[in-house]
Amino acid sequence: MQIFHRSTNTISRATIFGAIFIVAVLLWASIQFQRSPYVTYAEVARPQPAPFSHQHHVAGLGIDCRYCHTSIETSSFAGIPPTKTCMNCHSQIWTGAPMLEPVRESFRTGKSLVWNRVNDLPDFVYFNHSIHINKGVGCNTCHEPVDRMPLMYNFASLQMEWCLDCHRAPEKYLRPRDQVFNMRYEQPSSGKPIVVDGKSYTEQLSLGTDLVHKYNLRSVADITSCSTCHR
Amino acid sequence: MSRRLYLRGTLLATSALLILSGCRQDMHNQPKYVPYRSSEFFQDGLSERQQLVHTVARGELHEDAYLYTGKIGIKEGDRFPFPITQAVMERGRERYDIYCSPCHSRVGDGNGMIVKRGYRQAANFHDQKYASQTVGHYYDVISHGSGAMPDYGAQIDPPDRWAIAAYIRALQYARNGAMSDVPADQRGQLKDQSEMTTKDGVPLLRAIASGGNGGPESVPVGTSPTSPHPPQPGEPQEGTQKK
Ligand code: HEC
Ligand code: HEC
Ligand code: HEC
Ligand code: HEC
Ligand code: HEC
Ligand code: HEC
Repeated sequence: MQIFHRSTNTISRATIFGAIFIVAVLLWASIQFQRSPYVTYAEVARPQPAPFSHQHHVAGLGIDCRYCHTSIETSSFAGIPPTKTCMNCHSQIWTGAPMLEPVRESFRTGKSLVWNRVNDLPDFVYFNHSIHINKGVGCNTCHEPVDRMPLMYNFASLQMEWCLDCHRAPEKYLRPRDQVFNMRYEQPSSGKPIVVDGKSYTEQLSLGTDLVHKYNLRSVADITSCSTCHR
Repeated sequence: MSRRLYLRGTLLATSALLILSGCRQDMHNQPKYVPYRSSEFFQDGLSERQQLVHTVARGELHEDAYLYTGKIGIKEGDRFPFPITQAVMERGRERYDIYCSPCHSRVGDGNGMIVKRGYRQAANFHDQKYASQTVGHYYDVISHGSGAMPDYGAQIDPPDRWAIAAYIRALQYARNGAMSDVPADQRGQLKDQSEMTTKDGVPLLRAIASGGNGGPESVPVGTSPTSPHPPQPGEPQEGTQKK
């Protein structure tokens, strides 16, 4: 007995294609969604106890990152400044400003200011600032020009593919060590060459390749092995 | 198999995919302490415990008292606890520029950016009053502060405090330096500071006397003839970016 007419064969074939298509689109959409700021929080500012502006303090006043993030060169953790660091200056500057009241209160009572984390890797990932700083990866390669951020947000997704993109070819990003804290650093170009050890570079790849040797980077196989970041 | 069931199946599977892709918990936030994570166990909410009084942490046995106090007995000393080499001096310059220049300015005249924004006038290290102080005193001021000067004990390690003290001395010598202080073979194209001008054509000494511009780009240390370490002429410094 025939329930369906012959023509339904084509329809069912079409729906198989359609279904595959729909599944593919949805898969693609979910991958894109996974990478989107909605999930990674990239470029979203978080609420903070005081509206601390990197733009104001770094670009406006010329304060070095290390004045506040003191442990960055020697430890895995950059360090968030304690209230005392703010009070070095704010004991005398803007002493009446209401937006600084939480800072003063914290100083009076000894209770820590609770800053909300902006960059937050999952706990199963090991990350270490000092090695990146000491091997010539600039802050703004990962954090974008912080000195233009009135409020902090993270630019990069901090996903594994982002880390690996650099670990597979660090020469694309390396810069001389003394430029790591320079938020206005530009990669070398023929208009603006960069001189290292008396040699002038006009192109990132040749500079990067030489820095890889100069700073004794380990092999790509080493730093892309799973146990480098998952230990 | 009916088409309906088939469709429902795909819909279910894909929506499950979509929903799952939004999840990021399970192992992301594990119940362990990482630096600065708060604690629900301790009353003060800190996971990092404070050191108990009368205990000595590893690496904090300060046997060389002078290195850690800058004092001989109760008197501030005027010598360094370790030899001052070129490397120490460079470290001192770097640390000074990070921690002190916001108020004391890069040339040490006390007219840094924060002072310009209303902070108490900081000490001018070239004033007789401050120039005649001992390096032990500089060390002590960095460690414990003095008057309106905040203490930097938490931000700067003891050896770095000495390096900064050494660099302040270098700044003071540099202010009074003359061409005859520079070894003949290193003079190259260097000019005496009395002949130098800023990029706006103001004589350098006058610019310095009026406070420079106090910003990060005031007197380019290292290119001035009075710098403690004049670079070899024609030899670019590491990482110099040409305009
Ligand atoms: C005056 C002190 C100060 C200086 C100078 C400073 N920071 Fe910060 N930074 C803070 C404080 C306070 C926070 C936490 C509040 C926030 O996230 O906005 C922070 C947060 C950050 C964060 C985000 C941390 C997170 O939660 O993931 C980054 C990235 C950062 N700083 C980078 C820099 C860089 C790069 C520089 C130098 C160009 C710099 N900072 C200079 C005080 C400072
Ligand atoms: C080295 C000195 C210094 C330190 C350290 C410092 N500030 Fe400031 N801050 C200033 C100055 C100066 C101003 C005023 C800027 C001006 O007058 O242009 C300011 C302004 C501010 C303002 C006003 C809002 C604005 O326009 O940015 C806030 C809020 C603030 N600071 C928060 C903080 C916090 C929080 C910390 C500690 C993490 C901190 N500051 C550390 C010097 C400092
Ligand atoms: C290789 C990329 C990379 C570079 C270079 C880098 N950071 Fe980070 N930074 C990160 C990541 C990833 C995190 C999040 C770490 C975590 O969640 O454990 C982070 C977190 C931070 C934090 C929050 C506190 C912490 O340590 O978790 C601060 C502050 C910070 N960075 C400042 C800086 C400064 C200042 C520099 C330049 C001297 C810098 N970073 C250079 C990737 C980088
Ligand atoms: C822009 C380039 C860059 C990015 C982005 C980057 N790294 Fe690295 N990373 C490096 C370099 C360069 C080294 C040094 C390798 C060496 O010493 O041979 C390094 C080394 C490391 C090490 C080795 C530390 C050690 O002590 O063995 C770890 C762990 C690490 N990175 C984790 C990460 C993680 C996690 C991320 C992403 C959140 C990341 N890195 C993003 C460039 C980068
Ligand atoms: C350069 C550092 C780095 C290396 C090398 C690395 N990973 Fe990762 N991995 C990460 C980071 C960062 C994340 C967190 C991604 C996120 O937050 O979405 C991660 C996440 C993961 C996850 C969990 C994904 C999730 O969404 O829960 C798995 C599984 C994983 N990595 C497996 C591996 C394997 C297998 C290797 C070796 C082939 C490897 N990783 C090598 C940095 C690294
Ligand atoms: C926030 C601004 C500020 C910063 C940053 C700062 N100082 Fe000061 N400093 C002052 C002020 C203001 C005075 C004048 C104190 C007074 O007269 O009450 C001073 C005075 C001094 C004195 C003379 C103290 C005395 O009374 O004999 C020394 C020495 C000194 N500073 C060294 C340093 C060193 C070294 C650093 C860097 C580690 C530094 N200062 C960073 C503001 C600052």
